[in-house]
Amino acid sequence: MNDTHAPDRALLDQLAPATDLAGLHRLLELRAEQEGLLDVSYRTIDSPLGSLLLAATPTGLVRVAFDREGFDTVLASLATRLGPRVLRAPARLDDAARQLDEYFAGTRTAFDLPLDRALSTGFRGQVHTYLPQIAYGHTASYGQVAAAVGNPGAVRAVGSACATNPLPVVVPCHRVLRSDGSLGGYLGGAKAKTTLLALEHAA
Amino acid sequence: MSMQQPFEHTVTAHGPTVLRVVRAVLGPGPDADDAWAETFLAALRAWPDLPADTNVQAWLVRVAHRKAIDVTRGARRRAQPTDILPERPATTGLPDSAEPDLWAAVAALPERQRLSLAYHYLGGLRHTETAELIGGSPEAVRRAAADGIRALRRTYAPEGAPR
Repeated sequence: MNDTHAPDRALLDQLAPATDLAGLHRLLELRAEQEGLLDVSYRTIDSPLGSLLLAATPTGLVRVAFDREGFDTVLASLATRLGPRVLRAPARLDDAARQLDEYFAGTRTAFDLPLDRALSTGFRGQVHTYLPQIAYGHTASYGQVAAAVGNPGAVRAVGSACATNPLPVVVPCHRVLRSDGSLGGYLGGAKAKTTLLALEHAA
Repeated sequence: MSMQQPFEHTVTAHGPTVLRVVRAVLGPGPDADDAWAETFLAALRAWPDLPADTNVQAWLVRVAHRKAIDVTRGARRRAQPTDILPERPATTGLPDSAEPDLWAAVAALPERQRLSLAYHYLGGLRHTETAELIGGSPEAVRRAAADGIRALRRTYAPEGAPR
C-alpha cells in the first residue's frame, strides 16, 4: 500500500473500530443462539497443552482440537461435515471451558458434559465410547481396549481410532499406551500426552 | 455448489465494511447497530443455500441496504406523532466512535450523495449496482458519489491529510 492510500486505510479502521465490532459480534452470537441458527459454536481456551479449540453443536461438545492441527483447518472440516453456520460463540462452551480448567488444575477427575458423537462412527465410535471407562490416573494398552470392545484382533484399528478421537482430553485416549508401556502416538503430540499422564499421576 | 465456508470468516472479513455502510446510511448509533446485526442474522439464515461463487461483500451490502430501510421504517412506526420535528440525535454521542466530526459531515450530505457514497466508496458496489438499489441512472449515481466526496473533503479532512 502506497503513501496516498495509507491514511485512507487508517481512516476506514476508525470508522468501524474493533471495540465496536466486538460488541456487535456479541449481539450477533446472542441473537443467533436464541434463534437456533448455529450448526457449530466455538471458542478457544488456554491450557497447559497450549491453545485448545472447543466446538459444540446444539447436542453437545463435538470437537476438541490442538493448535498443531490448525484451527482454520479444523473449522473448515466442521463446516463441511456438520454445516457451515459456524460462529465464534463462547457462551455455549462456558461449561466445557470451566470443566477443562478444573481438570488442568487437578481438581476434576471426570467430565460431566453432553457430548455430540457425530464425528465418531463405526468401530472408531465403539472405541471412543469405551475410552471414558479407563479411569483417571489409570492406563490401558491398545490390545486391552481391543479386547474390551469385543474385537481382540483389532489392535491397529484401536490405534487409529485413538489417533482420530474428535474429543481428546475429554474422551481420554491419552490413557491408552503400547503394550510394552511406551507412549504410542497422540494427536496433540507426545509432549501433550506425557503432560496429561503426569498431571493425572500427580493428583 | 453452495457455501461451505465457516460463517465466522464472513463476519471477520466483511463486518467492518457493513458497519461503515450502515453508519453512513443511518448515522452511528443504535439504529446502525440493529441494521448490522439484522444483516448478519439474515446472512446466517441464507448461508447454507448461498451459491459458493457469490460476491459475498456485494451481497451483504445489498442486504444491509434493505435492513437499513427496515430499521428506518420501524423507527418511524415507533415514533410518537408530533408537530415539532425531533432533533436529529447527536452523532457525537457514540463513545467508541473515533471520528464524530466525519460522521457529522457525512450526515450533513444530501441523501442521494450520502447513499451513493456509502454503497460505492464504503461498500464497494459499482455505480450500476448502487443505481439498482436507490434508483436513478448509474451516471447520476456516479456524479452524486463524486459530489459527496468533494463536499466531504471541503468540510472534513483528517489532520495532515491532503485536501
